[in-house]
Amino acid sequence: MNIVDILEEIEKVDGEVYERFSPRRTAMKEFFNVGKKISLAAVPLALGSMFNKAYGQSTLPANVKAVLQFALTLEHFEAAFYTQALKTTGGADFSGSKQATLDKAAIGIISAHETSHVNFLKGVIGADAVTAKPSYDWTASGAFPNPFAVGNYGIFLAVAQALEDTGVRAYKGQAPALVGQGGVLEAALNIHSVEARHAAKIRYMRAQNGVSIKPWITGGNDSGVPNAAAVYAGEENVIQAGLTITGINGTAVTANAASESFDEPLTTQQVLDIVKLFGVS
Amino acid sequence: MKNLHDEKEVLQEERSILTAPLQRRSFLQFAGAGAAGIALIAAGCKKDKNIIDNGGSMGGVTLDFKDDVGVLNYAYALEQLEAAFYVQVAATPYANISAPELAYFKDIQFHEIAHREFLKNALGASAIAGLEVDFSKINFADRTSVLGTAKAFEDLGVSAYNGAGKLLKSTTYLTLAGKIVSVEARHAAYIRELISPNSFSNLEVVDAVNGLETSRDPKAVLAIAGGFVKTKINVINL
Repeated sequence: MNIVDILEEIEKVDGEVYERFSPRRTAMKEFFNVGKKISLAAVPLALGSMFNKAYGQSTLPANVKAVLQFALTLEHFEAAFYTQALKTTGGADFSGSKQATLDKAAIGIISAHETSHVNFLKGVIGADAVTAKPSYDWTASGAFPNPFAVGNYGIFLAVAQALEDTGVRAYKGQAPALVGQGGVLEAALNIHSVEARHAAKIRYMRAQNGVSIKPWITGGNDSGVPNAAAVYAGEENVIQAGLTITGINGTAVTANAASESFDEPLTTQQVLDIVKLFGVS
Repeated sequence: MKNLHDEKEVLQEERSILTAPLQRRSFLQFAGAGAAGIALIAAGCKKDKNIIDNGGSMGGVTLDFKDDVGVLNYAYALEQLEAAFYVQVAATPYANISAPELAYFKDIQFHEIAHREFLKNALGASAIAGLEVDFSKINFADRTSVLGTAKAFEDLGVSAYNGAGKLLKSTTYLTLAGKIVSVEARHAAYIRELISPNSFSNLEVVDAVNGLETSRDPKAVLAIAGGFVKTKINVINL
């Protein structure tokens, strides 16, 4: 088996193998240049280190690792929230839903994703990945009633919405730190859009249960929960890269549509200030 | 996945040239020798006139991926397609559309118009021309046809932005793309719920193991989107 075959074998299980070696098209050039730079005897070793570099954690730049640890901190929290929600005892009171079976299944889907995100990030970060807190304060230090108390299904969905919208905004805020990082950036974006799908679904579930809310964020804090204001700070923005979106080029784009059409990022500090109320740090 | 096709072609090419020696040489020798191989690979990687097109017949635009402008024009092309679709949906709603569905389709219409006009203005003189769309395969009077197309466009848009993020060099543009893609994902989730409850993030779009959305490279995206565009789209420097 030659190197071409090895790569093709890997490609069968990992379609992005070429991408992992280098985010740009120099990938294969670099690969074959290895042969020029080192002695024959050292080739297997170099090959090993190259695979480590592509898949392993030892060479993650410090700032990239910090982003991933931050993401994992949030994913631990989200995963714990949905795990709690699905508990037979002490879980969310789905009987408060107009479509309990469907809603519980949706929460199951979201829960599985968040747990997958936790495991994925742990795998990428490696041995020193941050761990989940032993417990969280689901009332956000009293900002909300207990989302898992009997009769509080509406509160549960409101908190879930706040968490998902925070997650979307948090990942968006981290993306610039990953520019040029190829596969790591792509993975973060691929989580980001899943969180946005979750957020839209939770919002839609709320609408189906009688709350006046859209799948997209209208203006600023549209959650109906005044204490969630920090989650939506700045979402009302209608100016992008200096261009006013409302009525742009003579179109009928309203201020509401302008704010809906662009989701806004949150800084690391803004996110930490939101989640610390839940005991996340 | 970007360039995989190129690289595979190059690998095939190289293998056929080197097959005979390889059968006699060990892997180590191959990895250590191969000056000719390196040259071939390098030549392949510099193949920058890799023009693909969608077979469109009218006019022609070029997406030049040599820099961020090309990536933004790629987004602009997709937003043109999406906006044109929803303008039509809102103008000629399908039979018996419910009031909430019509209201949300109008919302989405204006979101896509906002994206399109924003990108057009941001690109300024570098913007590609307006695309001529081909919606002849869509039955706008039929809910199933409209929802199916909407789902395809939204999922495609999300996968396109996700796949293109790593091509961007500017953090400003990356953030702007991020601001748009999550809204597309919200659209996608909503449309999917209309088609089938709890399909908002199913296995068609999110992988089962890691919970990551499946992204697409521009070639894969344009292969799908191109079927809805009459204008010829050339892609270079990808």
